[in-house]
Amino acid sequence: MSRIAETFTRLQAAGEKALIPFITAGDPNPGLTVSLMHGLVEGGADVIELGIPFSDPMADGPVIQRASERALLHKVGLRNVLGMVREFRRSNQQTPVVLMGYLNPVHVLGYEVFAQEAAAAGVDGVLTVDCPPEEAAELSAALIAAKLDPVFLIAPTTPLARVKQIAALARGYVYYVSLKGVTGAGNLDIDDVARKIAALREFLDVPIGVGFGIRDAETARAISTAADAVVVGSRLVQEIEAATPETAKEQLTRLVASLKDAIR
Amino acid sequence: MSSYDFPDARGHFGPYGGVYVAETLMAALDELNAEYARAKADPAFWQEYHYELKHFVGRPSPIYHAKRWSEQLGGAQIYFKREDLNHTGAHKVNNTIGQALLARRMGKKRVIAETGAGQHGVASATVAARYGMECVVYMGSEDVKRQAPNVFRMKLLGATVVPVESGSKTLKDALNEAMRDWVTNIDSTFYILGTAAGPHPYPMLVRDFQRIIGIEAKEQMQEMVGRQPDMVVACVGGGSNAIGIFHPYVEVEGVRLVGVEAGGDGVATGRHAAPLSAGKPGVLHGFRSYLMQDENGQIIETHSVSAGLDYPGVGPEHSLLKDIGRAEYVAINDDEALKAFEDCCHLEGIIPALESSHALAYAAKIAPTMAKDQIILVNLSGRGDKDINTVAGLMGLTL
Repeated sequence: MSRIAETFTRLQAAGEKALIPFITAGDPNPGLTVSLMHGLVEGGADVIELGIPFSDPMADGPVIQRASERALLHKVGLRNVLGMVREFRRSNQQTPVVLMGYLNPVHVLGYEVFAQEAAAAGVDGVLTVDCPPEEAAELSAALIAAKLDPVFLIAPTTPLARVKQIAALARGYVYYVSLKGVTGAGNLDIDDVARKIAALREFLDVPIGVGFGIRDAETARAISTAADAVVVGSRLVQEIEAATPETAKEQLTRLVASLKDAIR
Repeated sequence: MSSYDFPDARGHFGPYGGVYVAETLMAALDELNAEYARAKADPAFWQEYHYELKHFVGRPSPIYHAKRWSEQLGGAQIYFKREDLNHTGAHKVNNTIGQALLARRMGKKRVIAETGAGQHGVASATVAARYGMECVVYMGSEDVKRQAPNVFRMKLLGATVVPVESGSKTLKDALNEAMRDWVTNIDSTFYILGTAAGPHPYPMLVRDFQRIIGIEAKEQMQEMVGRQPDMVVACVGGGSNAIGIFHPYVEVEGVRLVGVEAGGDGVATGRHAAPLSAGKPGVLHGFRSYLMQDENGQIIETHSVSAGLDYPGVGPEHSLLKDIGRAEYVAINDDEALKAFEDCCHLEGIIPALESSHALAYAAKIAPTMAKDQIILVNLSGRGDKDINTVAGLMGLTL
């Protein structure tokens, strides 16, 4: 069983929901990322989504765009990101790490090379935002061959036929995009999300995580009543942005703990 | 070459093109694709498109023999396809009319667009006014500065121009921002993409609406000189004017197709916008194509005197035409383009766009190596009035 599946099985047995925090690798500087990842786990993270910095993050709002820009000032490339995961794994073998980003940095490395190196580094899943199922065959095959879970998005606009198509390909969990918009947007409709998730359950065997626009403990709690996992990204990145490198870990841990408490 | 039939049903031009977007956009792209398939089969749609091109745009645009310049160069005869004479001053309007008619069929009341030089923004604002739609144009803040006259034209036409401050503050960032708007307002909004790039069906859609350039040129050349040109030359940023004139010629034997990219300070300096000349395949803005990128797959900032060519990618069909050897792609540097700009003004009485000046510069470079009875057809894709501030600045003048 994959580390992601084990985690969800354990949480389900305990009647708990998963908290999936997102940070961008290399933000605010590459030296801090591994320590921040440990901080997320100390706060109660069940899975970590680690962003691969990209120059043109089309699906992200301004907060995560800025995180990418800060990381790219330090020239953080995909191999550096894999190095951070490897270092994290030295003292943490339990917490699944899912890389999240855009296809081009993966494309340039080559799908098979990437999948093998990512698996060797201790990565558990990969979500490439701009690679829908239609274009994902080659990458998914490489990931599955390396025992990595391809994670896919489902959007409020996804028709039923596509949900079934995605359900057939998804491993680990699916990421339900809770609103029509970019990451960190402010137009989340909780009742609508709950209805959609209930409808999705019929077709999906894997757990459902929900993200985009979850900004506080109250929203996280409301979402967690319907979802298996709550993904929080922009809000955490804002915390990193507001902190100094010295205080970032402590502030992040505290924020994650408050979110985890809210969904427990 | 009788087997040339691209893209396939999922938008692939060989290994290029495709649909590389976040899930939220997939349904909208499927909807657009389905509506275009219906429109394509509907004679009334094309009838209206052609009516608009004739009465609103002023088509067909003429072919002009640049006699004095050709004589001075002493080689092949250079002809211009005068897209600069279109209403709004460039080829861009051919596409915005087609897409606006599609938007209307789909009941969308709000259109958005990205723009670099401002020509596509102006063409979008124009059709939005013409069909009574709300229009928002995203434009890199660098481009807002260097294309001030076009910004004001868009405002006069009732559009809202949003300066984009992220990334390199140019065309690619405007495209990112337009995509973000679209994903947020997907129910109400039609995205009028300006170049033959982006996710399927856009590269096909834009090509089909720009093919009119090559279709007319074929008829006009036959009528005017009794044969087709030996070479067709067009500038390539995203590649919409080039694919528009190339596509009807792809299966015509004996016609060389040459796309001219922006060489900026010179391809060897790295400061350019020539992905087909010096890039490698990658994925950006929803499609796979040649890209300017670093070893980590990050998109490199581009450099060109012409805002309309300042783009790190290129339409997927050009990548295919390059790989199969049907078209050649070359780069022209800023200084060569500026020289051609001046020569065209002085010798032909035509102020060309800086984008088109790249195609002119290549024609002027290659013509002397060709025989006097050979013919080069240059797509003069736009007029240069929008560029006078830039050119004045390079001459050390302020207007």
